[in-house]
Amino acid sequence: METLIRVLGFSSIGFVLLIFLFLLQEGVPAFLEIEPGNLFGTRWYPTFDLFGTMPLILGSVLVTITAIAISLPLGVATAVFVREVAPNWAREILKPMIEVLAGIPSVVLGFFGMTLIAPAVREVFGAPTGLTAFTGALILAYMALPTIISVAEDALDAVPKSYRDAGLAMGATQWQTIWRVVVPAARSGIVTAVMLGMGRAIGETMAVMMVTGNAARMPLGLDAIFRPIRTMTATIAAEMGEVAQGSIHYHVLFGVGIILFVLTFAINLTAASVMFKKRRRGGLR
Amino acid sequence: MNRHAAQRAGFAVLALAALVVVIPILFVVGTIVARGTGAISWEFLTAMPRDGMKAGGIFPAVVGTLLLTLGTALAAIPVGVGGAIYLSEYARDNRLTRSIRLAIVNLAGIPSVVYGLFGLGLFVLFLHFGTSILAGSLTLAIMTLPIIISTAEEALRAVPTEFRTVSASLGGTQWQAVRYIVLPQALPGIITGVILGLLRAAGETAPILFTVAAFFLPSLPHSVFDQTMALPYHLYVVSTQVPGMPLKIQFGTALVLLILVLSMNVVATTIRSYFRRRRQW
Repeated sequence: METLIRVLGFSSIGFVLLIFLFLLQEGVPAFLEIEPGNLFGTRWYPTFDLFGTMPLILGSVLVTITAIAISLPLGVATAVFVREVAPNWAREILKPMIEVLAGIPSVVLGFFGMTLIAPAVREVFGAPTGLTAFTGALILAYMALPTIISVAEDALDAVPKSYRDAGLAMGATQWQTIWRVVVPAARSGIVTAVMLGMGRAIGETMAVMMVTGNAARMPLGLDAIFRPIRTMTATIAAEMGEVAQGSIHYHVLFGVGIILFVLTFAINLTAASVMFKKRRRGGLR
Repeated sequence: MNRHAAQRAGFAVLALAALVVVIPILFVVGTIVARGTGAISWEFLTAMPRDGMKAGGIFPAVVGTLLLTLGTALAAIPVGVGGAIYLSEYARDNRLTRSIRLAIVNLAGIPSVVYGLFGLGLFVLFLHFGTSILAGSLTLAIMTLPIIISTAEEALRAVPTEFRTVSASLGGTQWQAVRYIVLPQALPGIITGVILGLLRAAGETAPILFTVAAFFLPSLPHSVFDQTMALPYHLYVVSTQVPGMPLKIQFGTALVLLILVLSMNVVATTIRSYFRRRRQW
């Protein structure tokens, strides 16, 4: 029994390796068979053998960055409110609400986004269609919020009470103590929160696919945010069902999967190393 | 502006941010409940879809999601709880253990659609399971593993060290301490973690897209090697793939899925807070 437990303990490493292995096996042919100029070009028209992944990569980046720009201030402010300021009754309402948000399936948010938010975006911004990068970013921002709030809250929680006492004893108001002492002390935890939220946003599939319009064009120019775009995740989800197994298109979609895997791996590795370093030093920063 | 006025203004901004977070949540849940309730009837839940899914019920999708969740549970619980027991009771703090933790963090961060690709590559094609309940459940199980492992480990670690010491002082082996003392004490926390993992599996669409989900099936699945319909995929289908679909059916499907995952959420948090209040240590 104990041997079995030991084996199960190591299973996570096995699964990560297995996932990477299968992505490589199915995806690497894409990098070998298609010339780099095409693969990293700006035109994604698989029916004409044009596999430029640039619009998809930039599409993902644009939506993710916009989403984080919305959810970072909202999330950190909410975490500070819940942890430092809110009266007990408000905390009792806020925390379960945020858990509810974390539990809503992404396809439900996507459905909600396309039936109610997209028409509103079209009206408000006068865009030709409501299915835009902005609509996707808005929904992604809310999907990333539970992660950002809970990790940031843990970080604030880890700041010793003596820091707060010292701030107040120096004559600072509670507000000054929060912004000049507590939040800076929790800085690394907040960075972790944002990284994890970013990882969540870049890998999100269904909601993004349903509200961003899925036009594989380069998101350049100032109005790109109010135009349809297409992300890497949406491309895989929308096209994998239709390709012939073993075709170049099939391998390219796995290749896009490799890019996603490596990106999220790097993001999570950074976030985790910040976390582990903090734990090992036993200190705050 | 003096600093006390600044404090009042600052707190007001924070409260406003919290409102901006909470109000859309209420709005989303409220709208789906308000517009979906009218669609839900006994027939909607227990009948097969009719007229190109524009009428009738969503029975096969509900059954499919329950089957997939059950399959996920069967595969993920033993592996996840076993992994958690290893990390909490046996693992030493060395490089190897740190790589396991790193692997778990990364497993949790892999996009759901990449799990779908992996399931397609390994289970559907390489192991020849085909697009089937088996392939879909195993894919979802690996996706839920990190959630189950980390919550179960936390529950096991919360059991005081003294419990293990006392067991050892009475001549118990380490395994006996784990099996008869630690595991029973940590059980409520583990169950909470398992439910939280399973509710994520029940609501996911991307991992089942290429591993199990069917657009429409005239009958229920007969074996684990059959395809099945599933609620999240069905919601995607009725809201994007079929033109002229009545909004009522879309909102009804969304509401059933929402009720399913949120009720699992409530069960999980109730178990957690009930046993936290009752435990003696």
